[in-house]
Amino acid sequence: MRLLIGSLLAFLIAAATGLGATWFTLTRGTAFGAVTIGAWTAWPRTGTPGIDPYARAANARSGAVPVGAGDGVAFVASADDANKRFDGRCDTVLRGTTPAARFWTLTLYDPDGRLIANSAGRYGFTSQEIVRQADGSFEIVVAPRARPGNWLPTGGAERYVLVLRLYDTPVGAATRAGKEAQMPSIAVRSCS
Amino acid sequence: MTRWLMWLLGGVVLGGIVHLGTILLLPSAATRDAYSRLSPMARVNSVVPIPEPAPEGAPLPFMDPAFAVAVCRYDLSTGPLKLSAPVSQAYTSVSFYARDGVAYYAINDRAAGRRAIELDLMTVQQHNDTPEEEDVTAADRLIVESPSITGLIVLRALAPEPGLMSKAREALAAAQCRIQGS
Repeated sequence: MRLLIGSLLAFLIAAATGLGATWFTLTRGTAFGAVTIGAWTAWPRTGTPGIDPYARAANARSGAVPVGAGDGVAFVASADDANKRFDGRCDTVLRGTTPAARFWTLTLYDPDGRLIANSAGRYGFTSQEIVRQADGSFEIVVAPRARPGNWLPTGGAERYVLVLRLYDTPVGAATRAGKEAQMPSIAVRSCS
Repeated sequence: MTRWLMWLLGGVVLGGIVHLGTILLLPSAATRDAYSRLSPMARVNSVVPIPEPAPEGAPLPFMDPAFAVAVCRYDLSTGPLKLSAPVSQAYTSVSFYARDGVAYYAINDRAAGRRAIELDLMTVQQHNDTPEEEDVTAADRLIVESPSITGLIVLRALAPEPGLMSKAREALAAAQCRIQGS
């Protein structure tokens, strides 16, 4: 009897911890080999055959296809430089320059990777569309209501993520933060 | 007491095995991965344009809305595949994904260095079976080895501004993938 109850207990714990850990890692994301620059994080290895099993499983579950290493690299941010989580009801300012790349795009998604409906029909910017200052730097305001300059609408969504993709770039797994790769700073400002 | 602790510990260890097992097996058991999602709309061994992502829905999550996208869902069981994609004005790339979603190769227009990206896709076995002389005469042919018999080729053409999206789509419409000799 003790044996039966004991093994039942063990199996229950095994199922709960095992499947719980799988669920947790797949929904939260724990991919290894991250390159972090400021508030931005990229996982360049997910675009190579050296992808880790966790990232592979997460992609299989979500249906996302990683950006191939010969194509580019994707940086994701879900909070600002002070680690304040993005809120679509707040004004958030991106400022600075991007690492060397032939093109880059900035896109705003909900946490599941869907575009967010907004009155302007704008979901992101490409490096060619952006209005820059004389020194080549730019400022993008991510806000629920229209702003002058580069305005990226949030559609008022509570949570969102920003993905900055660099195409044809030397940035990769060996890149370290610093002079060679400067990502725009992010600051969450006033909330309405 | 110690006996219960042993059962507890055994459960946790078994849980770790369950966790690793599910993580490793999930890609082969997934029914909603990119390949499965695209299968209904993408015929085998032909280039098919994929709808642009919109707030109402998208074929895949986290698609870049600045790109026109087409896919070639390939099956190499009857022979190697020939892919040709004309280069669009701005930026064009071709990425290869094995059946389990691993991105094993990607090339962009500049790396291809021509007005079109042209290459042969084959399995390791088919590459080994290729006659040696043919390999030499076709030295400038780019050969890519696929780790799986089936998989996805994703062709992307950038529209640097929304007005250029139709141009990017046009460029991809001229892309071809077909089994050699057919």
